[in-house]
Amino acid sequence: MTYLIRRILYAVPILLGVNVITFVLFFVVNSPDNMARMHLGQRYVTEQAIENWKHVHGYDLPRLWNPEAAGTGHVTRTIFYQNSVRLFMLDFGRSDGGRDIGFDIRQRMVPSLSIAVPVLIIELFLSVAFGLAVALLRGSYLDRWITLLCVAGMSISSLFFIIAGQYLVARVWRLAPISGYAGGLESVKFLVLPVFVQVISGLGANVRWNRTVFLEEVSRDYVRTAWAKGLTESGVLSRHILRNALLPLLTTIVVTLPGLFLGSLITESFFAIPGLGSYTIDAIQSQDFAIVRAMVFLGSLLYIVGLMLTDISYAWADPRVRLAET
Amino acid sequence: MVKPVLLPTDVAFLSSLLLVGLYFWAVRRDLLMRERWRTVLATPTGGAAALILCLYVAVAGLDCLRVEINGETKSLLDYLVSPLREHVETTYSAPFAAYGYAREVIPGASGAARQDYPRLRYGARHLAQPSRQMHADVLRRGMAGAGLGLLFLGGLLALVNRLRGRPLAGMFTPLTESTWRLQWLTAASICLALGWVICLAPYYHVLGTDKVGNDVLYLTLKSIRTGLVLGVVSSFITLPLAVIFGIPAGYFGGWIDDLVQYLYTTFSSVPGVLLIASAALSLDLLLQQHASAFPSLLARADMKLLALCLVLGLTGWTGLCRLLRADVMKLRVAEFVTAARALGTPPLKILLQHLLPNTFHLILITTVLDFSGLVLAEAVLTYVDIGVDPSMESWGNMINGARLELAREPAVWWSLLAAFCGMLGLVLAANLFADAMRDAFDPKLRGATSPSSS
Repeated sequence: MTYLIRRILYAVPILLGVNVITFVLFFVVNSPDNMARMHLGQRYVTEQAIENWKHVHGYDLPRLWNPEAAGTGHVTRTIFYQNSVRLFMLDFGRSDGGRDIGFDIRQRMVPSLSIAVPVLIIELFLSVAFGLAVALLRGSYLDRWITLLCVAGMSISSLFFIIAGQYLVARVWRLAPISGYAGGLESVKFLVLPVFVQVISGLGANVRWNRTVFLEEVSRDYVRTAWAKGLTESGVLSRHILRNALLPLLTTIVVTLPGLFLGSLITESFFAIPGLGSYTIDAIQSQDFAIVRAMVFLGSLLYIVGLMLTDISYAWADPRVRLAET
Repeated sequence: MVKPVLLPTDVAFLSSLLLVGLYFWAVRRDLLMRERWRTVLATPTGGAAALILCLYVAVAGLDCLRVEINGETKSLLDYLVSPLREHVETTYSAPFAAYGYAREVIPGASGAARQDYPRLRYGARHLAQPSRQMHADVLRRGMAGAGLGLLFLGGLLALVNRLRGRPLAGMFTPLTESTWRLQWLTAASICLALGWVICLAPYYHVLGTDKVGNDVLYLTLKSIRTGLVLGVVSSFITLPLAVIFGIPAGYFGGWIDDLVQYLYTTFSSVPGVLLIASAALSLDLLLQQHASAFPSLLARADMKLLALCLVLGLTGWTGLCRLLRADVMKLRVAEFVTAARALGTPPLKILLQHLLPNTFHLILITTVLDFSGLVLAEAVLTYVDIGVDPSMESWGNMINGARLELAREPAVWWSLLAAFCGMLGLVLAANLFADAMRDAFDPKLRGATSPSSS
């Protein structure tokens, strides 16, 4: 318990650092004046219009230190404070376009997760199965070809997987709609193709990684002992190798958690699915900095939570790991 | 008036190549290193990948040397492939097409206009009746190209034999050495492809044309520079950061370690694409403000590419830094480091003379792997609109321009295919090369990863 509290406290400076980075990027490199000009159009812009825009969005405050305000107002009545402290309360404020970001995020979470979760599960299952198979056949021609195939798969841009998937499955074979989304059970029809494409595009790297993980375990002494005892193949696989390879596998899963949230960036926007990924892309393309800032914060929060979960799951998977010591 | 032009990314790219060259010059007498690099090249996939990488680097290097003539800036590559550059059609045309992609109104000889596919301005121009003569012509020129390719290959073989000090009569021996078969096969296919391009490309659009009629082969060749510059320059920005932070953190520990750990956890906790997007957006705004500082469109696009390299480099150092830190932490307690410390070697010397060379293989392998990731990232970033300038030829822009055209009837697939092959060639080669390097440089993994090839 104390460990958890310590970890959470440790996360605070990191999130603060993230905020400093975004702050530097958005307010120091570019003055709010530029942002206003950007949104209002480059030409034919009056000083007054810029001032108005800045005031409406709260960008007319000083950056770090407000000499005019009284007491704690020195620090609180500034852009940095206003923009970063609110985020810690998970209050994302309004976008530069005037919409409530928090509401948008809650609404768009469902489609995003309904792609990310199936992808995670199917990918894990397939890559572990293939990884094990290849590790057992190590040194054979099949192993060599599958490894080469994995490298080739890694070398293909995810854009091509999406384009090819859309073209073949949706256009030529007409098995699924090309893009779009519907609520409720209807959505399954729309989700099949994006999930399939994303699983395929990640398979190469994952199988290769799992192969190295399993190979490391297969050559250990305890596995030889298990074979020598005359255990069945499935027994050695599931009881010995898989359990010992669990730790590195867990790490990869957790590392991909925030990646899934963002890996859907491209997929969602290609398949026109109203999730968080396409939300971010739209924000980037319309240069809505408030949304980008909110998503940066949310992404790093998820990453840190993921790191914490890794440590906890380590302790669960391997009794030798004691949390208090780490 | 002729004067050489050097854009910032040209300088960065060429000096990066120079550094790589210096590295090989420096280790040329080091027996262990020579043996290791020989192993890399002797691995079938590694050697083949090295050849392909060399080809890419050569094209990109030629594209980096520019001259300005009468106000027009062109690279050496532009001059070498000037027929490709100058043969601009009006719109799409399929590979080896003689007629346009879409019907147009053509005024007939008798004055009556008719709807038909127009003859291309350049594709198969030399044929009077393309539908009847084309097959024979393509075949003839193809044969000539193959002959030329074989000539190249023969020259290459002779050259290699000469360098190895063998008599010319023995020039077919390398082909029978089984370990070098894939390498020679790759060299042969490169030579053949070169021969075909030389013999066919001036007369046909070998890979078709894009929406505004540019030859796709030309665009693909020009994209090589963009992809390589992005990968190489970003890697060279990443390297010093990772080394300066990672090695001391692992060696000294204490507050330095805490600080570095904090830094890289913070940086890596921001989702990569978002961090890059934020930085690119900010830099883009900055460039827009100083738009007047860049005299030409080319200089502006180039500055944007450099900014993108900077962003990718500054956000990409955390992975290597973490690896270096962990590796140095292991090395810190090794006997040779303890001995050096006991002899009173100053810490800086230990870092530079003992730890850096011993982690160098890690740096090399990770850099080549990251390089392939960077080339892939370019396409994605360009799709999100924060990548290279739309006016610059790049695989990302090619994909972006063509991805919706598959929906046409008939589908326009050639741009996508060309970008796909161009990227796959580079990235696959880099990945295979990194694999071969890992097998050769990391003795721990030597047996584990490729038991069959050793």
